[in-house]
This record gives sequence, structure tokens and C-alpha cells, in this order.
Amino acid sequence: MNSSSLPAPSTKSLSKSDKSEKKSRIDPWWGLVALVVGLIALLYFGSPDPYQKMLPFLKDGIWITVKITLVSFLLVVVLGLGVGLARLSKNTIIRGIATVYVEVIRGIPMMVQIIFWYFALPAIVQQLGVSLKSDALMNFRPDGTTMAIFGLTFGYAAYMSEVYRSGIQSISRGQMEAARSLGMTYFQAMRYVILPQAVRVILPPLGNEFITLLKDTALVSAVAVPDLTRRGREFQASTFIIIETWVMVALIYLTMTLLATRLVSWVEKRSKYER
Amino acid sequence: MEPIIRIQNVHKWFGSVHALMGINLEILKGQVVVVIGPSGSGKSTLLRCINRLEEFDEGMIVVDGIPLDTAKNINAVRTEVGMVFQSFNLFPHLTVFDNLLLAQKVVRKRGTNESENKARMLLEKVGIPDKASYYPLQLSGGQQQRVAIARALAMDPKIMLFDEPTSALDPEMIQEVLDVMLALAQDGMTMVVVSHEMGFARAAANRAILMDGGQIIEEAPPDILFTNPKQERTKAFLSKIL
Repeated sequence: MNSSSLPAPSTKSLSKSDKSEKKSRIDPWWGLVALVVGLIALLYFGSPDPYQKMLPFLKDGIWITVKITLVSFLLVVVLGLGVGLARLSKNTIIRGIATVYVEVIRGIPMMVQIIFWYFALPAIVQQLGVSLKSDALMNFRPDGTTMAIFGLTFGYAAYMSEVYRSGIQSISRGQMEAARSLGMTYFQAMRYVILPQAVRVILPPLGNEFITLLKDTALVSAVAVPDLTRRGREFQASTFIIIETWVMVALIYLTMTLLATRLVSWVEKRSKYER
Repeated sequence: MEPIIRIQNVHKWFGSVHALMGINLEILKGQVVVVIGPSGSGKSTLLRCINRLEEFDEGMIVVDGIPLDTAKNINAVRTEVGMVFQSFNLFPHLTVFDNLLLAQKVVRKRGTNESENKARMLLEKVGIPDKASYYPLQLSGGQQQRVAIARALAMDPKIMLFDEPTSALDPEMIQEVLDVMLALAQDGMTMVVVSHEMGFARAAANRAILMDGGQIIEEAPPDILFTNPKQERTKAFLSKIL
């Protein structure tokens, strides 16, 4: 622990060489993005017959996929933190509930969870409405996108809570003790001392979850949400064009995940602080 | 005079290990108490009970008239009791200056000017005013520990607890930390120090306590305890460390 006095300027030169190293790593990645986008453009202009008809049809689906990804992820980040903190709580009941939640969710396939939210949950509410004689509950018919977002959020928050938990646990106990000994409350210590340090540990797996979530949004096509995958299936059903449709859908997903990877590493780099 | 720290019959178990076996201790305002003892004797545990970083199972501790019972009282006590740790525990993501500002702002709700003046004054006091913009890990161990002392002092504590403050330091850095502690003692700070630094104890402490097996074995002024102990366990322990 006794790092003898390190001159301050060394961090500057270190970060500089760090930067140039990263710069050279960016280029091939952007090259891959360019390649995939170029391929889409090539198909679009080189083979207008299916593609110029197909892309406008898929376009609405792309937006829905993006929207579901972003909204769910935002909710997952918040709910995951709450569950992660609950998992670390000293209170046995709070910790117990959170643990059961995480274990149950992780043991059920995401697909089944989404179907449950869309089909089973409304049915349960409606039956409840019948027995309670409540019209509002009897006519409960939530829309697919909302339920899909709920399903993804509750599913992914369980995984995300583990990311938070391990990130928080990676910070030495002495940090919490020092903060508490200065009179900070538990939440002040979390907010100002623990989480700012844990973020560096949490960000890489958090970015990973984001990309996995983006791909898993394809599952919502099972509950009549017109996302990219669903639009692909609809296009195939009405035109019987199979190979071209799925080549294009795959390329679009690939473009999105490649861009998301870039975004994630950009955020990661920005959050690094010098020490 | 009402003691500023009153410890009554405090027991603590770690599972089946009886770490504190009915500790009674009263410390008056302005006293400097040094606690020595073999590792596992309960001295750090006792120290950590005083600001309730460690919960105790039986007994009572009253600090500056506030009993350590409710969460609110515990926090009130913590704002009046500074603590310095063996491993410094500075916040590595903040500069030295921000380390000194954080609790002032968040806990004491001080304005920017007041807290910055306080931080500058304290860095001057511990002898490293030029390191304000450094990050903790860029400093030597001795410097880090002095920042940690300054960080605790920024809260204007009435009592300072030191948990083996020099044990993690290279030998040549121990003195600079002890000098700061000595100056603090001379200013009249109430201090409880877990440390085997005999020189510091002789120069600064009014009382020295030997703990072993979760009990206070012997208490005397440091000169007497170190040179002419009454108890066999004290003699045995001192013969090992001197």
C-alpha cells in the first residue's frame, strides 16, 4: 500500500499514451461499422427489387426496437440499483425478498417471462376483476409494447442487480467505514463515496447488458409488438422472400449492436478518472 | 466532571468468541489514552465501539452526553468523533482537497468558502498544503495518513480515535504522523489511540491501558505502565515488544 511519492506529472503522460493506444484501436471497429453499413447500402442500391420495398417496411420496426431498448435499459439501470442495494441490506426481510426475486427471475427463460407478462398477467387481472366485480379490472388490456418493456425490465433488473452488487462489494469496507465515521448516512456514503468508485467496475458489464438487451428485444416479437424481428416475419409472410429478408434483418441488428459497442466504450473512457 | 466518554460493562461477541468481556472505562475531556495489547486482545474492537462502527451486545457507551442507541444518536456521535484508520481509507476518487470538503458539505452543510478555508488551514496544520490537488494514491503513506487526520479534523470533532495509525507505514514516515498527533494532543484534543508507539505514549498520553483477552488488565500513566507494570500479563507483553 505504501506507494512512495509518485510525481504528479506522470499520470499526464500515462493518459496520453493511453489515448493514442485507444485511438489506434478505434479505427478497425469503425471500419467494421462502415463495412456493414456499406453492405446494406450496396444491397439497397444494387438490388432494388426486394430491398427498396423491404427497408421502408422494416424501418418502423427499427424505431420500436430502439425505443424498447432505451426505455427498458433506463428502467433496468434504476431498478437494478434498487435490487442490488436491497441484496446488500442488513435487513433480512428486504434482502430475502430481493434474493428470491433474483433467483426466480434468473431461473425462468426471458421468452417465457415476456409471454407471461403479456398473456398470463392480464388474464389474472381480468379474473380478479370478475370475482371482485370491477369493470376496470375486467377490461384490463395492456398494450404489447408496455408489457414487453415491463417483462424486459423485470428480467434484466435481476441480472443488473448482480452487476451492481459485485461492483459495490469490490470497494473495500474501509471506504464505507471512513464515510460513516465522518457522520455520513448510509445513502450519503453510497452516493458520494461508494458508487462513484464502483461505477468503474460496473460500467463494462453494464455496457454488456445493454448490448444483450438490445438483442433480446427480438423476443418481444412473440407478443405482437411490431419490432424489427416482427416486421421481418410479416414481410416474409406477405412476400415469400426469405433469404433476403433475414440477411437484411441480421445486418440491421449487427449495425445497431456495433454502434452500441462504440457508444459503450466511449462512455467507459469518459468515466475514467486520473489518479 | 462528567466524562466525555463513558463505557459501562460493554460485551461483544464475534460468533462464539467473546471479544470484549465487560469493559468499564471513563475518559475525561482533554485526556489522551493509549491502548496497547497483543493482537486479538480487543483493543481495536473497543475503539470501534466508541463510534459504533462495531456493534456491541451488552452494556452502554455514552459519548459527550449522548448514549449510543438510536441510529440518530449514533450519527450525532459520529459527527463529534473523528477516526483515523490503519489503512488511511482516503477516498481515492477525490483529490486531497475534496477529501477534506466532502463531509463538511454533506454532513455539516457548510458553505463553500467556510469549508475551503477550513481545508486549507488543516492542510497547513498537517504540513502538506502543496498537495491539495493531488489524488491520495499519488501521496506517500505518511502523507496519506496526515490527510486522513486532517479530513477527520475538518468536522471539528471533540474526540479523535486512532486505530493503529502508524502500523501500515514505512519506518521513516512514522514520525511525521506522530508529530501531527502530538501537536493535536498538546492542543487539548481528547484522544484514544491504539498504538504501540511508546515514544508517543510517553510524550503525549496521560493514561496507558493494557488489554488482553477482551479485558482491561492494567491501567497506569505510561511511564509507570511501561517501566514498572504490576501485572504478569503486562510484563509478558512488554517484554515481547520492547
